[in-house]
Amino acid sequence: MSLTTILQHSLTGISLGGAYALIAVGYTMVYGILRLINFAHGEIFMMAGYFMIFSMASFPWYISIPIVLAGTALLGVSIEKVAYKPLRSAPRMSVMISAIGVSYLLQNLATYLFTALPRGYPEIPGLKKVFQIGDLSSSVVTFVTPVVTILLAIVLVQMINHTKIGMAMRAVSKDLDTAQLMGIQINSVISFTFLIGSLLAAIGSILYFTDRMSVNPFSGSLPGLKCFVAAVLGGIGSIPGAIVGGFILGIGETFMVAAGFSTFSDAFTFIMLIFMLLVKPTGLFGEKEPEKV
Amino acid sequence: MTLKKSTKTILSITVLVLIALLLFHLEQDKRANSYILSILERSIIYAVVAVSMNLLNGFTGLFSLGQAGFMALGAYTVGILTIPVENRPSVYYTSGINETIANWHLPFLPALLMGGLVAALAAALVGALILKLKSDYLAIATLGFSEIVRAVIASPQLDMITNGSYGLKKIPRFTTVYIPFALAAACILLMILLINSSYGRAFKAIREDEVAAEAMGINLFKHKELSFVISSFFTGIGGGMLACYMGSIDSGTFRITLTYDMLLIVVLGGLGSVTGSILGSFLVTAGREWLRFFDEPHAIFGWQIPLFRSGFRMVVFSVLLMVVVLFYRKGIMGDKEFSWESFFGFFKRLIPKKKKLAGGNTHD
Repeated sequence: MSLTTILQHSLTGISLGGAYALIAVGYTMVYGILRLINFAHGEIFMMAGYFMIFSMASFPWYISIPIVLAGTALLGVSIEKVAYKPLRSAPRMSVMISAIGVSYLLQNLATYLFTALPRGYPEIPGLKKVFQIGDLSSSVVTFVTPVVTILLAIVLVQMINHTKIGMAMRAVSKDLDTAQLMGIQINSVISFTFLIGSLLAAIGSILYFTDRMSVNPFSGSLPGLKCFVAAVLGGIGSIPGAIVGGFILGIGETFMVAAGFSTFSDAFTFIMLIFMLLVKPTGLFGEKEPEKV
Repeated sequence: MTLKKSTKTILSITVLVLIALLLFHLEQDKRANSYILSILERSIIYAVVAVSMNLLNGFTGLFSLGQAGFMALGAYTVGILTIPVENRPSVYYTSGINETIANWHLPFLPALLMGGLVAALAAALVGALILKLKSDYLAIATLGFSEIVRAVIASPQLDMITNGSYGLKKIPRFTTVYIPFALAAACILLMILLINSSYGRAFKAIREDEVAAEAMGINLFKHKELSFVISSFFTGIGGGMLACYMGSIDSGTFRITLTYDMLLIVVLGGLGSVTGSILGSFLVTAGREWLRFFDEPHAIFGWQIPLFRSGFRMVVFSVLLMVVVLFYRKGIMGDKEFSWESFFGFFKRLIPKKKKLAGGNTHD
């Protein structure tokens, strides 16, 4: 591999990783607070793709993007209200099964409403323009994605560390019951977490699908699982960890494809996961939780 | 309500004879009944996998989502070993078959056993690595394992063995419906025996509280590994039977959705109830066919009802499942087993007092 191809693949990998990172943040935040793998997160991401297709059909992009963000946030929050809130005191397995059920429902709903055929993703003007730097060629979205990701991550970390709602979120993630006793409205904190997670998934979806060009009802499930893996890699509950994990997976996967192991690129993610769980189960930036009897 | 033991035995035998008679009746005219027979076969195969998943998730409390992967291992082993040697060139028409395995051929039963053993071996290796993980981490790691299996099977590097993404065809089908039923009955019976043994009680102790179980002298790792390996063995057997039922398989058959289907069967039937899993697999498989009604357009007085079109069935199906998960969290049977007392008790309470409709299957 020459230097140019390596750089070229790195660019693609970083861009893919940026989109993964944004989705992984959603997983890590929900897991941090509810100890729940939100299996429906990948489907929220897929639905955001469809929202964009339909709003771009009638509005220009600068109106469509807010519509998509609002729609996705609404979807995420209502899923929490309908499917997870009634199970708050239930065993963890029930909540997880409920999450799987929601993801199944959203996939089937999307198949029913939009058919299983892939639909073309609309182009946001300017994002697909091709850049040339020396021998490297890449579209604007490739450069935009990591920048947006890192900016959002910084904003999010600031919010969690320095605002009142951020403090509440940290408290709930430490101990849900005690936080409630201290007068924190846990339901609104949880809703807010889903809101942020879904917004990031929507932004991730715009960046991811602009690169991929088409959406189908199943295009959310595998990226969803991979992003959960990214969150575990970085240490679940940690936002910088999720970002780093996302980039590691995106870059690793791109190089696997480049090396000719495209069928293994999905497996790579899970091999990384099992390896990480064996070596350092808490992930790169995770905190160790003592086992309580 | 109490019944004499002899009455219960007679009732159970009557039901079994009735099932056998029904199968015999359906078997008489295979062509006419092929639809029902295929639903029944699929249900009983799913029942094996569901019960083995229940052994792991419901009885040992290990949340594993690797079923599809173990089924794939079993199915491919059975497929590779049972495709008639003379048909192999036409199956492996793209890149030829590996010379070593070209002449390996086993009859169905030994091949099925091999399928189970391959799955069990894989489980023993993987289990030794990942069984120390806690609930959700274990779930995601097993799910990852299942995806790795799928990727390895579909990879071009294994074209000569698994036929890559083209999959295997011309796997000999079941000749009668008795074979899958007898096999499934044997598998499920073995698992019931295991659950009722001292090992089974240790599994339940681990499910209730790991730390307490360890304090009582149960070797956690040994029992978890045992449960994982045995469950995977039967899952592999189920996969092998699925291969024979379908006749052709490819890596797409064993997606995560297959695991989710099994999970939904187990949850619907009740986590920790063998009879529940069996009931669940028949209900889910048949329910999916009954709901086909929703996929066809319908009209009342010439007015086309707008919702009914292809795909609506699965939406209704998933909504029903969500309703079960949210409102009937315990599933049909909860963690209880079927008993004649509760069966009659259910009807007894249904008839005189119409107020108490809910809460059927309790022992009283």
